[in-house]
Amino acid sequence: MSSSHDTHAAHGAASTHGAHAEKKSLRLTLHVWRQRDPNAEGKFATYKLDDVSPDMSFLEMLDVLNERLIAGGEEAIAFDHDCREGICGACSLTINGQPHGFERETTTCQIHMRRFEDGQTIYIEPFRANAFPVVKDLVVDRSAFDRIIAAGGFITARAGSAPDANALPIPQVAADAAMDAAACIGCGACVASCKNASAMLFVSAKVSHLALLPQGQAERNSRVLAMVEQMDKEGFGNCTNESECEAACPKGISVSNIARLNREYLRALASSD
Amino acid sequence: MSTPTATATNSKLDSKCPSGPLADRWEKHRFDLKLVNPANRRKFHVLVVGTGLAGASAASSLAELGYSVSAFCIQDSPRRAHSIAAQGGINAAKNYQNDGDSVHRLFYDTIKGGDFRARESNVHRLAEVSVNIIDQCVALGVPFAREYGGLLANRSFGGAQVSRTFYARGQTGQQLLLGAYSGLMRQVGEGKVKLYARHEMLDLVVIDGIARGIVCRNLITGEIKSYAGDAVLLCTGGYGNVFYLSTNAKACNVTAAWRAHKRGALFANPCYTQIHPTCIPVSGSHQSKLTLMSESLRNDGRVWVPKAGDESRSPDQVPDEERDYYLERKYPSFGNLSPRDISSRAAKQVCDEGRGVGGSKMSVYLDFRDAIVRDGVDAIRARYGNLFQMYERITGEDPYRVPMRIYPAVHYTMGGVWVDYNLESTIPGLFVLGEANFSDHGANRLGASALMQGLADGYFVIPYTIASHLAGRKFGKVTAEHAEFRRVEQEVRERIERLKNASGKRSPDSFHRELGLLMWDKCGMARNAGGLRQAIGRVRELREQYWQDVKIPGDAANLNNALEHAGRVADFFELAELMCMDALDRNESCGGHFREEFQTPDGEAKRDDANYCYAGAWEVDASASSLAWKLHKEPLVFENVKLAERSYK
Ligand SMILES: Cc1cc2nc3c(=O)[nH]c(=O)nc-3n(C[C@H](O)[C@H](O)[C@H](O)COP(=O)(O)OP(=O)(O)OC[C@H]3O[C@@H](n4cnc5c(N)ncnc54)[C@H](O)[C@@H]3O)c2cc1C
Ligand code: SF4
Ligand code: FES
Repeated sequence: MSSSHDTHAAHGAASTHGAHAEKKSLRLTLHVWRQRDPNAEGKFATYKLDDVSPDMSFLEMLDVLNERLIAGGEEAIAFDHDCREGICGACSLTINGQPHGFERETTTCQIHMRRFEDGQTIYIEPFRANAFPVVKDLVVDRSAFDRIIAAGGFITARAGSAPDANALPIPQVAADAAMDAAACIGCGACVASCKNASAMLFVSAKVSHLALLPQGQAERNSRVLAMVEQMDKEGFGNCTNESECEAACPKGISVSNIARLNREYLRALASSD
Repeated sequence: MSTPTATATNSKLDSKCPSGPLADRWEKHRFDLKLVNPANRRKFHVLVVGTGLAGASAASSLAELGYSVSAFCIQDSPRRAHSIAAQGGINAAKNYQNDGDSVHRLFYDTIKGGDFRARESNVHRLAEVSVNIIDQCVALGVPFAREYGGLLANRSFGGAQVSRTFYARGQTGQQLLLGAYSGLMRQVGEGKVKLYARHEMLDLVVIDGIARGIVCRNLITGEIKSYAGDAVLLCTGGYGNVFYLSTNAKACNVTAAWRAHKRGALFANPCYTQIHPTCIPVSGSHQSKLTLMSESLRNDGRVWVPKAGDESRSPDQVPDEERDYYLERKYPSFGNLSPRDISSRAAKQVCDEGRGVGGSKMSVYLDFRDAIVRDGVDAIRARYGNLFQMYERITGEDPYRVPMRIYPAVHYTMGGVWVDYNLESTIPGLFVLGEANFSDHGANRLGASALMQGLADGYFVIPYTIASHLAGRKFGKVTAEHAEFRRVEQEVRERIERLKNASGKRSPDSFHRELGLLMWDKCGMARNAGGLRQAIGRVRELREQYWQDVKIPGDAANLNNALEHAGRVADFFELAELMCMDALDRNESCGGHFREEFQTPDGEAKRDDANYCYAGAWEVDASASSLAWKLHKEPLVFENVKLAERSYK
């Protein structure tokens, strides 16, 4: 019978890239935040790994650790993840103090272990913010973002009522600018990286996306007012122009969106009375 | 081991497909459907399980119509459903390019692409409503790519000869889902949809033969709770993760569909799985999922392996005459753009011949050398910069200098819960939408057609067809206090207890990996009867071992990822057996199902229309002492297209 790629995976050869020489595995010391539930007190637990393949992703490294914990009868470390390719926004680890780690425009799940040094110590914590309470270990509750969208982050369009898609040409530059803002994955790194835990980058990305499109005009004013109101209710902090959010954002959402949000907000206030 | 047996029964399946001229059927059917009086709609409670494209579009449309809706998903937010990961695009028969596309051509391409194993009526409806989907998405603010003049841009995708694919950079699924999600959240904000995130449906409740609700586990608190309703919609995605390694997100699973199957819903064509030809190959035993490289790369990349099996030179040292551009050689008219199943199988073939590349010899080159010479490196960067970067991030290799290495990976499942033209399963009141049903793609799905189907089902089909149940049948109200809910809850709790108390030695993940390997080997890109029989025996053994030897530390009354996973793996173990049974039943090769015994002399799939032109729908045999199934056959009738050999030569 035919073989398959997995015969190799099954036997677990270490590094297999033809073009590369055998890569050395890494020894790491991990300090991982463990917290039983929202009300429990959390603390760092220390784990040592001595056989981390540089080809592993960061989350695969945690998988390996979790397998070891389960085998030893300990509870696995809880963390959020799903797509593991940088698009769903589920993964949310603070790595050595930085949300999504040190690589620019990279989500936690896209980090690979070849970027770490043999013998390195790594601190792994959840995204920290008052509006994102810890659920367990590294998992936080980001439902505040959903409530902000529910408050106004949409265009009202009933199925069946839409005109032909080409009835309203949209200049390519406008469509591209809207797409740049729409690329936000709702991960919350912007909040976690901000000393004020402000959600301005997230909110501004959605406000910009919809305000830049002609379809978004009808609700332009009510949208920004409602979203900002909800943002404040959720306990996010104010923006003091530190730009840490932009540096942490895995999707390169620009702080220029925050400037647009401020303009949109003032515009809406002015026209609402 | 005992040989698996399938009892074929005469079909009792009523597809409810309308008759008459193909192009008029949906119109006629819509007129024939009853309407639910607007004043009564809010009295009907619809449970929508899943908030991907299918679920989010269905939940928001039904709420908009006035129904009371509850929506459930596993993730912490509906915005993170697996649909978010789709890259390439969405098809629609808009013919904006004036290049000869039409509803009929999209219909025909889908039927042919599916290797003549889908229903004509369903596929035609899909092609018809495709045009409305684009309108709807644009209205919601989806920033599709545009031309300079401001009109929508299109590309040709996955071997189509017309440009009918709409896209938003390489993030089409993300933008479509965020559009559908925003519509859903608007309804949540208005109080018309009640949202239950981090809730997993673990069973279906059927009372007097009608689906009346679900039992869920709150993934944060572990609470088991019932939800009663007047209709249940499963929009829970595909089951590709039965193979462990796939391009699907980690949470994708079959549990909701499988629980419904165990309660009586027939499961159709489970053996039809799609293997995508361009994925990043496995790099080691730690591999947790596979990453798709967009098919669009095949527009400029050339696929090759060395002619000789013992090639040890680096790729740039292999002269052209010693390279085998096997797709161009075997399929001169489609070449590197040959359909997915064909390209995947061809890659497997050259690797099986020992001509694969990379350390594992389980990959082939996708080479941009010639395109870079022809168009310049800047043009290639403009087209594929993001993808090249993603590739380099994962593999550590620079595709501008070294050819990419790719290998096929499990990507999509055409099989699923059997549904009729109304998208209703064999359990009245249970509807199934999106990838979770079996309905529109036959034995193989065309690129950019899954997003189309999910949104078609949710925005434009279910809002009408749900009335066939709500207005067409008489049934009283039940609440979650009904004894049947108590009974099912108890069963759910016992299942969890059994898993928790197994106190074995192995993690759910390790079992899942082992099952995946077995399935990939015996029920993957190529199958044969001997291998399938072996696999069935092995699956049964492993499954038994699983319930004895699984180990799940931690608490059931708290967030417990291992416990969640364990329940899903248990269901994959049962599904796996059925997939092999179905593959064994189908003594032909078609689409994603390739039986080695049934091929032409030059290695192409050999369909058998005389004997296998049916959808195979499996029913759990409740009278059997152990898990067993009965096969029902829904004959497929082709009145509008001629059954033809699917040649891409
Ligand atoms: C990498 C990749 C790229 C793709 N690219 C394309 C493309 O370019 N074009 C295209 O047309 N198709 C593409 N596809 C296919 C397409 O994305 C999917 O088929 C489609 O998005 C499925 O949508 P869905 O709504 O049916 O299910 P999903 O999006 O998978 O959603 C499933 C939902 O069900 C929920 N759920 C599941 N089980 C339960 C349960 N037990 N209880 C409660 N909730 C549950 C989940 O939480 C989720 O909300 C791609 C697929 C992959 C993997
Ligand atoms: S703006 Fe950036 S960091 Fe903030 S949620 Fe969106 S993608 Fe994440
Ligand atoms: S797991 Fe989806 S973005 Fe990281």
